[in-house]
Amino acid sequence: MKKIGKQSYKLENPVSIINTATIVGPKEKEGPLNKYFDKCIDDEFWGEKTWEKAESKFVKETSNLVINKSGIPATQIDFCFAGDLINQCISSSFGLKDLSIPFFGIFGACSTFVESNILGAISIDGNFAENVLCCSSSHFCSAEKQFRFPLELGNQRPPSSQWTVTGAGATILSKNGNGPFITYFTPGKIVDMGIKDANNMGPAMAASALDTLITHLNDTGRNPSYYDAIFTGDLGYIGKDILNELAKTKGFNITSNYNDCGIIIFDKEKQDTHSGGSGCGCCASVFSGYIYKKILEKEYKKILLIATGALTNSLTTQQGESIPGIAHAISIET
Amino acid sequence: MKDNPLDSQTSYQKYVDEKTPNSPILSNCFHAFLVGGLICAIGQIIFEFCKTKGIDETTCYTIVSISLIFASSFLTALNCFNKIGKFAGAGSFVPITGFANSIVSPAIEYKSEGYIMGVGSKMFTVARSSSCISEFHQVL
Repeated sequence: MKKIGKQSYKLENPVSIINTATIVGPKEKEGPLNKYFDKCIDDEFWGEKTWEKAESKFVKETSNLVINKSGIPATQIDFCFAGDLINQCISSSFGLKDLSIPFFGIFGACSTFVESNILGAISIDGNFAENVLCCSSSHFCSAEKQFRFPLELGNQRPPSSQWTVTGAGATILSKNGNGPFITYFTPGKIVDMGIKDANNMGPAMAASALDTLITHLNDTGRNPSYYDAIFTGDLGYIGKDILNELAKTKGFNITSNYNDCGIIIFDKEKQDTHSGGSGCGCCASVFSGYIYKKILEKEYKKILLIATGALTNSLTTQQGESIPGIAHAISIET
Repeated sequence: MKDNPLDSQTSYQKYVDEKTPNSPILSNCFHAFLVGGLICAIGQIIFEFCKTKGIDETTCYTIVSISLIFASSFLTALNCFNKIGKFAGAGSFVPITGFANSIVSPAIEYKSEGYIMGVGSKMFTVARSSSCISEFHQVL
């Protein structure tokens, strides 16, 4: 049995992250992490006619790029796990249709990136696959169109709102390779703390991030200080503050080595992104760009990545339903 | 020791409310007053100008409305009105300029779904809800 403790799993044969790729949009290019991204696109449409087609292109080009970088031909990739925020995951399916790799479209809201990597790692460790492609994406304009208001509408964003990242990140996982390795994972439970404000997703997800973090640490018997860095996906400033504080009440101090991908991708003051970045592409691009390169540079040797998702759609919020959160964690070590 | 916020949904909501920064209401009101007032003043100037040209009052009112609607729609198409709206909030949204913006912006957004199923059916999605506010304002 690979299960340890309540809901964490140790991979018998750690799965290697052979390579990553990330392509982001213009706003991310202006952000502090721009030098870590493989490509920054200046045009949000990327030459396409619709936002949705542009997002598909981000998926397609990022996937092609990671395949090229890894040196593993597409014919030798057994599965592809990918997802995004747009209805029925069309950005992923349209973006990956030409690749001819068996495809699983997945949805975990903004936690999709880690979800795809967990599923990829499971299929490799379970001997179902040798190489797996994992990808997730989001696009500010297509997300605003689907979840909020038209872009040209003259309204104000509250201080708690977050800015959906335009971009895609992809990884190639393999049975063979020299790491960094996915060693443990803790899939998250759905946690609903009754938050209903669609403009304040961080706190809705913070409770689930806390649940996954504490469970992971208890299951593995590790302390937060075991990790060089702990990253959450897109809790933003408010969510990060809450997670820091609530972890302390549970007896874990994570303040010194914890950060949030949504916070580091943008410069809050200069870029007017309020509580930070969000979206599937946030965690995906920050991990595939920044964190992965920091691991290769040996700055980080052990990291815990917790991608957080708000399980909602535009109808449920209008119907007054609360926003349940989910958070999946993977432990990546060299 | 304070209650643990995770004890119940109510205590968590209360905790989150304390953690969440509020919108800067005072400066928002000031900006809204400034821009809203400016828009009304522009309307008044157009009105007075039309009157000096000997146009009757009812027609003057119509000209004012049409001019403001045109200006707002034009600025929306130039991707400028959202920037004004971000600064002014209700100041640009409550006058008839906001109503025009709430129709033109979805029309631009949904053009990709075609002129009938996109522009035609979606252009009033925002306006339907904001029209109540606008109508209320007109009555006042």
